[in-house]
Amino acid sequence: MAKLKLDDLKKIKDRVRQENALREGGAKAKVTVHMGTCGIASGARVVMEALMDEVSLTDRRDILVTTSGCIGLCSQEPIVTVELFDQEPIRYSFVDKNKMRQIFRRHVLEGEVQEEFVLARGTEHQD
Amino acid sequence: MEEISLHILDVAENALGAGARRIGIRLEIDEKNDRLRLELTDDGRGMTPEVLRQAADPFFTTRTTRRIGLGLPLLKQAAEQSGGSFSLESSPGRGTAVKAEFGLSHWDRPPLGDMASTLLTLIVGRPEVDFVYRQVTGAGEFELDSGEIKQVLEGVSLSDPEVVLFLEKNVREATAGLAGV
Repeated sequence: MAKLKLDDLKKIKDRVRQENALREGGAKAKVTVHMGTCGIASGARVVMEALMDEVSLTDRRDILVTTSGCIGLCSQEPIVTVELFDQEPIRYSFVDKNKMRQIFRRHVLEGEVQEEFVLARGTEHQD
Repeated sequence: MEEISLHILDVAENALGAGARRIGIRLEIDEKNDRLRLELTDDGRGMTPEVLRQAADPFFTTRTTRRIGLGLPLLKQAAEQSGGSFSLESSPGRGTAVKAEFGLSHWDRPPLGDMASTLLTLIVGRPEVDFVYRQVTGAGEFELDSGEIKQVLEGVSLSDPEVVLFLEKNVREATAGLAGV
């Protein structure tokens, strides 16, 4: 049975661990794409794809990309939450791939909240 | 829900909501018997017989945020409208198995869609969970175990830019044969 060839991944691991040893650890930013049925049907996977692509274009190793379930605001999906270290979470609604790229470049990388897309500020809740 | 791969993502998210730590996804393209088979298994908390009985009812949900749950009913409908079938096995503490079979060449079967994107979303977005994906086609079998990937990475984040690039390239290559299904 065919499987992934993991040799290249071992090289990446060695390089990343070497670099990380030189800097302070811990994630500085966490970006969550909400993936309930409502989010998925509204395009959350395309948003996640754009987010992963943006991450792969950077050299930032302190950004955590994650997904979570429905938060009960189905009519506002796709929803993305950005949490920067020491700042309150910002929740964005009706995100598409272009908005995701803008939010990533301006908010996650530069710290500038994209007010026109903001749904709410505050802590994460899901069910 | 326009693609089968989106249904897969959705059912996997259900499993994550049930506290699963290991999720199996098996996809089989059986051209000889004109069937597309899908099976998702998880080690989550499982369902009681009463919940199981109502799980494919769109007006039933265990959530409290709202009172409808469309994920499984939509998958059931998509499978049955293409001449296939849908079944659910579950018991408390023993996880859940969702099986769906589609008529491969049926007009009303949704396209499989971007399977690589679904796998990447799950593996990168839920690093705490092991995903075991098995793909069976006429061209052969392929297996991807995200637990093995994490073992190799020894704590390096799955969100690391180089790791994301590696996964993107390799998962897309491995699933390239599914294009057009």
